[in-house]
Amino acid sequence: MSAPTRRMWLARAAGLGALPLLALLGRRAAFAEAEPQVVKVTAQRFRYTPSEIRVKAGRPVVLEFTSVDFVHGFNMPDLSVRADLPPGVVTRVRLSPAKPGVYDFLCDNFCGDGHEEMHGRMVVEA
Amino acid sequence: MTTRRELMKLAALGGGAVYISGLAGRAAAATAKGAGPAYDDFYFVQLSDSHWGFSGPPNPDAKNTLRKAVATVNALEKPPEFIVFTGDLTHTTDDPAERRRRMAEFRDIAAGLKVKQVRFMPGEHDASLDRGAAYKEFFGDTFYSFDHKGVHFVAVDNVSDPGARIGDEQLAWIKDDLAKRPKDSPIVVLTHRPLFDLVPKWDWATRDGAQAMDILMQYPKVTVFYGHIHQEHHHMTGHIAHHSAKSLIFPLPAPGSQPERKPLPWDPAQPNRGLGFREVEAEPVAAQYSIQEFGVTRART
Repeated sequence: MSAPTRRMWLARAAGLGALPLLALLGRRAAFAEAEPQVVKVTAQRFRYTPSEIRVKAGRPVVLEFTSVDFVHGFNMPDLSVRADLPPGVVTRVRLSPAKPGVYDFLCDNFCGDGHEEMHGRMVVEA
Repeated sequence: MTTRRELMKLAALGGGAVYISGLAGRAAAATAKGAGPAYDDFYFVQLSDSHWGFSGPPNPDAKNTLRKAVATVNALEKPPEFIVFTGDLTHTTDDPAERRRRMAEFRDIAAGLKVKQVRFMPGEHDASLDRGAAYKEFFGDTFYSFDHKGVHFVAVDNVSDPGARIGDEQLAWIKDDLAKRPKDSPIVVLTHRPLFDLVPKWDWATRDGAQAMDILMQYPKVTVFYGHIHQEHHHMTGHIAHHSAKSLIFPLPAPGSQPERKPLPWDPAQPNRGLGFREVEAEPVAAQYSIQEFGVTRART
């Protein structure tokens, strides 16, 4: 949606008294247009480096994974996001953590003796 | 003469750990009408997660635990009609030769079980790194079905795919296999991972388990027995009960009870605490299953 069109639409919505909707759309637009926080992560049996990722709430996040030795997985159940991480390519995972909190993630492709230890967490700060 | 089932119910009244799972009300109604074939009751034993080849502080007795369990099963007053082993027979290794050595040793120990039939299925430690190649050499198909005294058993493989998928091919096979039976047949599903999202952040799930459950939900008499989580646990998805078994290597924490799924520490004062196996007394007409838990040694838990 281009900016002028969005302004027109928002003006009409405001005219109809849809102030809560207007506010929500405004927040979403600001979120989408914010500069993403890019974090590079290496996946290697049996750890992510870094295993703790710190980001700010209200801005999109792009995790850039490089897998060294296996098609590891990335699964963050609380945000319903997962991806396979094949070696030899950079796998980008986009996240939209709107609320502060701690979000656990894990490798969900069984990768050997130590697979159960391959997990991490993303700390979203206000 | 007191029947075996009556003994189990007495044990429950006396504080013993007996879990009754089934559709008793529905079965009683069917019996009253005189409907359905007359099936014999029977019992089987579920063993799980021996992780043969594991060594480490969570079980300093790892080289003996499986053998002790075999001896305990062999000492049961009445032998089970068969035994099911729901996966992670061996502990994983990157070395294909070592994997086969562990499987051969496990097979030889399990051969000491004094029972007519042992049904095996893989866990991710057995099958995920080579998509079940070594497992098949020793134990055959990774998914299959069989019938016993009116109960239809379906062994589901949710581990040969390292991503914990059952896969479209096997899902189609399950659908076709079940469609050949009367809708109200008693069905027991045996598998390794939970078919429902128990704790996804601990990898206690099957990625396409919901598709399997969609199929199973169409049948009124389904019960699932599985392993993977190294503890007894009971869960309902609609009318379908899921029962996980203890392991024969080390217990894991209660689902989601702490940040990490690290093994519970070995307690020298209580060796084998949290380990064991179970008897399952099946009443096919009622689709009812009485579960009795045992420790690695003789004591009931």
